[in-house]
Amino acid sequence: MIRFDRASKRYPNGREALSSASFEIRTGEMVFFTGRSGAGKSTVLKLIALLERPSRGLVMVNGCNTAALASRRIPAFRRELGVVFQDHRLLPERSIFDNVALPLHAAHAPLKEIDRRVRAALDQVGLLDRARALPQELSVGEQQRVGIARAVVGKPKLLIADEPTGNLDPALSMEVMSLFRRFNDVGVTVVVATHDVEIVKGSGLREIVIAEGKVHDPSAEGLDLPRMEAQR
Amino acid sequence: MSGWVLRHVQSALFAAGRLARAPIATAFTLLVIAIALTLPSTLGLAIQSLSGITGEFSGAVDVSVFFKQDVPLEKARQLANSLQQRSGIARVELIPADEALKQFRAQSGFGAALDVLEGNPLPHALDVRPKPDAADPGHMESLRRYLVAWPEVELVQVDSEWVQRLNAILDLLRRLVLGTAALLGVGVLAVVGNTIRLEIYNRRAEIEVTKLVGGSNAFVRRPFLYTGLLYGVLGALLAAGLVWLALYLLGDPVARLAKSYGSSFHLLLPGLRELGVLVGAGAALGIVGAWLAAARHLARIEPRS
Repeated sequence: MIRFDRASKRYPNGREALSSASFEIRTGEMVFFTGRSGAGKSTVLKLIALLERPSRGLVMVNGCNTAALASRRIPAFRRELGVVFQDHRLLPERSIFDNVALPLHAAHAPLKEIDRRVRAALDQVGLLDRARALPQELSVGEQQRVGIARAVVGKPKLLIADEPTGNLDPALSMEVMSLFRRFNDVGVTVVVATHDVEIVKGSGLREIVIAEGKVHDPSAEGLDLPRMEAQR
Repeated sequence: MSGWVLRHVQSALFAAGRLARAPIATAFTLLVIAIALTLPSTLGLAIQSLSGITGEFSGAVDVSVFFKQDVPLEKARQLANSLQQRSGIARVELIPADEALKQFRAQSGFGAALDVLEGNPLPHALDVRPKPDAADPGHMESLRRYLVAWPEVELVQVDSEWVQRLNAILDLLRRLVLGTAALLGVGVLAVVGNTIRLEIYNRRAEIEVTKLVGGSNAFVRRPFLYTGLLYGVLGALLAAGLVWLALYLLGDPVARLAKSYGSSFHLLLPGLRELGVLVGAGAALGIVGAWLAAARHLARIEPRS
């Protein structure tokens, strides 16, 4: 589903946020990217969601070489994946229903189908009864679940989450993580960037550590050492 | 297909809702657009009204021939008959001096003043109407020369001269109106474009999110085009109201002024056709203005996370 081959990202200011990263994530996997803030986790996610293109090397996502994809094909590419943000990024003036419906409108889905799928997505995150509310009327945890509903309403093959539990207390974090696992159980590839070690530790899922722009993939290298280093 | 229509209706309603939520800002923008559209429309309609009267007369370019005072009626009648034989002449009417005086007394309002005069100061005259195919300036000029050469003739007056002058003035005015309309049209483009530009920057976050979830440029652009369309159409309707009001208020005084000159001239109020042209122009300017702003500013907004 995702393959990085010696991918680097250097920003115009000269800072190299990611250097020569190589790893592969198979379809149906659920993977954590961990590391300190500024280590390069966000850069990896931006490269996957095609918010950035690699400066060097290869980034393949869902069969697409992101460096070579024409700009006009980017919208269609993004519809194949769902993105969840730390600050949820809901539109404050629109109802929960309309927020979740946005990706389907963007994809020109028939209105009947939009109605059905938005309800299904809200039901999955347990917020069907709040469909008519505005985002600010919801708690932080609920807002994050709306963000997740919006990310999955288009039935993406790949779900990307950047610090989805950053603003949540442990109980809510666990709830959000169990949601992700449920989507993973039905075949969605899930990639989560987090600095919340607690969440990763108990999960038994694959973890890719990023430190100072370099990738340490214990599962690929069969070594635990780089991870220990990164977290010290 | 119905889904497509419904989506566009939704976009239009959404844009209308946004305009309604900022009523004062919207009202000012609409007022500026309306004023820019009102000026050329009012002038244009006034000119169209004036063209109406020149049209009325251009089919009847008459030549008035005034004989010298001492030419007797019998001689005048002879000359009228011989003129009737000339080619290119449709009709020759003899107006005897007595007749002319009667008419003048009735129409001019100087009746009392005429009573003071001894005798009739008016000469016998001919009203000559050329055939329509001989009514062009060239033929008229040769006819005038022919008539002036008669020893009995005092004065030849080609009535079409003022029509031609008026037509020339109208042509000039028409061009001025076109020029003004073009300039003000560019003004409307700029007003709509600038308003849309501000709107785009106010909704930056929304645009980014929409692009993030896979909204194409066309999808992101659509509500802004509808906003521009609404500005144009509503501004044009407001302008139509202002034009109607202006012409209605001017209508009575103008009609009275015209009546004092013995003309039934009156200003035309805008009809459905004029309304259609105005609204169409407003809509086109609104959409083009919005399109220019969107093309320039939307592409610059790319999602960051």
